Formats: sequence, structure tokens, C-alpha cells
Amino acid sequence: MNLIISTIDQGLLWSLLSLGVFITFRILKFPDMTVEGSFPLGAALSALMLQQHNIAFSLFVAFIGGCLAGLVTAILYNYFHVQSLLAGILTLTGLYSVNLRILGQVNMAIGDQHNLYQLPLLHLLTLDQRLLVINLAIILVALLLLAGLLYTEFGQSLIAAGDNPTMALSQGIAVKRTKTIGIVLSNGFIALAGGLVAQYNGFADVNMGIGVMVIGLSAIIIGERLLIGKHFVAKLISIILGSVVYRLILLLVLQLGFNANDFKLFSAVILAIFIITPQQKKGLITK
Amino acid sequence: MTPRMTLNHLNFEITDNNQPKQLLSDLNLTINPGEFVVLLGANGAGKSTFFNTIAGDLTPTSGQLLFNDHDITQQSAQQRTRLISRVYQDPKLGTAADMTVAENILLAMRRGQHRRIFPRRLKQQLPTIKMLAKTLPNHLDQQLNRPVSTLSGGQRQTLNFLMATVQKTELLLLDEHTSALDAVSSQALMTFTNQTIRDHHLTCLMITHDLKDALHYGDRLLVLKAGELIADLNTSEKQSLTIDALFNYLN
Repeated sequence: MNLIISTIDQGLLWSLLSLGVFITFRILKFPDMTVEGSFPLGAALSALMLQQHNIAFSLFVAFIGGCLAGLVTAILYNYFHVQSLLAGILTLTGLYSVNLRILGQVNMAIGDQHNLYQLPLLHLLTLDQRLLVINLAIILVALLLLAGLLYTEFGQSLIAAGDNPTMALSQGIAVKRTKTIGIVLSNGFIALAGGLVAQYNGFADVNMGIGVMVIGLSAIIIGERLLIGKHFVAKLISIILGSVVYRLILLLVLQLGFNANDFKLFSAVILAIFIITPQQKKGLITK
Repeated sequence: MTPRMTLNHLNFEITDNNQPKQLLSDLNLTINPGEFVVLLGANGAGKSTFFNTIAGDLTPTSGQLLFNDHDITQQSAQQRTRLISRVYQDPKLGTAADMTVAENILLAMRRGQHRRIFPRRLKQQLPTIKMLAKTLPNHLDQQLNRPVSTLSGGQRQTLNFLMATVQKTELLLLDEHTSALDAVSSQALMTFTNQTIRDHHLTCLMITHDLKDALHYGDRLLVLKAGELIADLNTSEKQSLTIDALFNYLN
């Protein structure tokens, strides 16, 4: 039971990453590879800041760091016309060195006294329950903020700019600026997720970004298969559920006795299965 | 009367295989407020380049574009959306497919305005949106919550037209906006277009390939050939023309 609670807990925590990826991949239709650099950047900044500052400040710096990483990609893409994939790859490559500089080594431990998940809150609960409550609270706040943003005038222009830039421009929406803000926000969310994961795990590692794109996309795609409604709030909730389901599937795979070293291979296979299945079904029906 | 739009010696040139190629040659034109002008030309005559230059998607190589006597030659396409609206030939170009009909109309109601972090207020605007959609010929008022991707081409183009006219800009550009539709939808949209332009005294420049439409609609007829305006006919001159005579103009 504790294992399931812990898995749900991790699913909730990692869904923050998926919400960030959703902004670029689904709203802006922008395949942003920066995620694999901005996630460890958030972790590194959070770990470094915790050495001298409080938890809130460390997470704030992680968020801002991610925003700046997103800004670099957005400027390369929007103003220097670098292809979307290449712009993200350039930024993530550069970020590897930046992250190493921040950490000063390959990884950095985070002490218990300066850690969101070790705060003397909710003492009546067990550790697993406490982590679950904290992650649930974080993801609810993120969900409300993102859903709130999407239902503003700006949020609608963000959706329109991603959906049809020609239409958005002809309605007077500053498409480049709007897309830039979207990419910046997305990476801010992703870096914040990196900062939280680092605190949750008790360390930041320069390589912790490898494969996070697949994790983020898996939650989105599984969420889309589970889709609980057509409105954006429903889509966002589905992604959070998708993230939890993804973790539960991985737990199941590991419980079946597979090697933990094959974790990333299973991640990719699970994502591939969820991408292929509906298309295959459609193909069989139409043939 | 101050002209709505004036073109002074407008040129647009590109380099093709290291050779300069003139797509628009020394265009001079004045359009007055409330005029409905039809632009006719064969493929490659420069009609789309002409529209893109007016809309701000292309900057002319030389010449001047005046709007209400103000020079807007160097203004960006986004800045010009306050003045100019456009309906594209492809029904998919003017709407956001994943958004609903109502959300698309709401976006058009705020054309050219700064989009702030304020609630979008869709519910409060629904009565207005419904009223606007009710003026359309194909019952879109009953489908406000449908994603635009599920509409037919005719419905989608009618929605495009509504979105381009909801704010009554200074100039409406219609870029062969009925040519991608079937005959029935095309005729319904053209009739609705004409009625809207007349009812609201809109200033409009419409590209068409349909010679009958070119003769039937509008107060003036311009003929563009190889980037040059070769004819500018007023209503009475237009009325004396036959389709055959117009065909000869194009050839």
C-alpha cells in the first residue's frame, strides 16, 4: 500500500513537468527540447540556493532560471529563425555546462534541514502521507494558476497563436511575443519541477534531465487517452492523472521483476505503445 | 473627401535566379471610403503579392501606402490589423481549429487590442456573440460550443467572414474567399458578403477569379496583369462589359 501511495505521490510531483511540457508541445505546437536542460537547471539552482537561502527563495530562483533558459530558446526560434528542435537542442547543450558550473561537480546533496519535504508540517501523518499532501497541494496550485491563465485574454491569445499563427496575427495578436512568453513560462514550470524533484530526492544531479522529455510526454499522451472532458481544465487534470497512471505502470513493470536499469527503456516503450495503439486501432478499422 | 487608401508608385521586386523580377510595377490607386472594389487577374498576375503588401506581410521595394492620408508603408502587419481585416482563400487560415466557434468570435471582438491577464469573459459576451452568429446564413448560432475543426468548409469560411467584419475595420480584404467552396456555399457566402458590405458601408477590396462575380458585385473593377494595373473601370463602364470582353482583358 505504501508503495502505491509513494508512486501516486511521485506521479503528482512529476505532473508539474508534464504541465510545463503541455504548454509548448500541445498549446504552442512547439517541440521544445530545452526541457532536458531546464529541468536539471531548476534542480541545480534549487540545491545551490538552499545552501544559504530558504526553500521558497530556492524554488523561485529555479523558476526564474528555467524562464531564462526558455527565453534563450524562444529568441533563437522567434527572432533568429533557428528551427524549433535545433533551438532547444542548442540551449540544452549549453545548459549542461551551466548546470555543471552551478553544482561545481556532477551532483550535490540537499540537507534535510533545508528541504520542503522535511518541514515539520502535518506531524500526525506518516512520511508517505505527508509527501502526498505536499505534492497534491503543489499540483493543485499549479493547476489553478495554469487553468486561470488559459482562461484570460492572454491565455486565449496563447492558444490561438499555437493553433493558427496566421489567424492570430490577423487578429492583431503579437504572435512572436506571445509564443516567447509561452516558452518562457513552460520552462519556468519545468525548472520548478526540477527544483522540487531535487528536494524530494535529496540531491541534484547534472544528468537528471536525461529522459524527462519522455516522462513529460508520456503523462500528456496517457492523459489524452483518459481524457475526462474537452475543456482545458479537464485536459490539465487528465495530464495529472496521466502522470500518476504512467508511474503506476512503471511500478507494475518493476514489480514483475524487470531490472531497474532498464527503467528508461520501459519509459520509451510505454510511451510508444500509448502513441501507436489508437493509430493502429484506427488503421485496422479503416482498412 | 480624404481617400481611405492611396498607393503612390508602389513597387515590389524579388530576385529570381539572380535576376530582378518585378511582381508589382508602379501601382497608383486611390480607394474612397465605402467603395467596394473588385480585383481581377489571372494566376501569377500579382494579386496575392498586392494583398500581402497592403496587409503588411510584405514591405514594398519602393513607393508609398497611405491610409486616411497617413503613411503606413513601414507599419507591421500586426499594427495594421487595427485598420485592415482579411479573409483568406483557405477557410482553415482564418480560424483557430481547436477553439470553439464562440471563442474564435470572442478573439475577433478584441481585434487589435492588447491581450491582458484579465478574465476572457466569454459568458458575459455570449449574448453578443450569439446575436452576431445569428446574422450568418448557416445556423452557426446553434453551434457556438463546437470546435471549429468540426465545421464544414462553408461554415468555417462564413465564420472567417464574420470574424473579419465584426470590428468594422477601415478596409476589408477578401482574398478569393469563396473559391474553395462548393457552388451553393459559395453563392450563399457571396450574397451575404455583398449584403454586409452594403449594410455597413464597408470599404472593401475583393479578389475574385469568377468573371460573373466580378461583373455582378462591387462599384469598381480593377484588372491586374503581370504586376500592373491595366484597367480601372467604374460602375457604368463595368455594366457595359460582357463576360467575353472581360475575358479578353485578362488575355
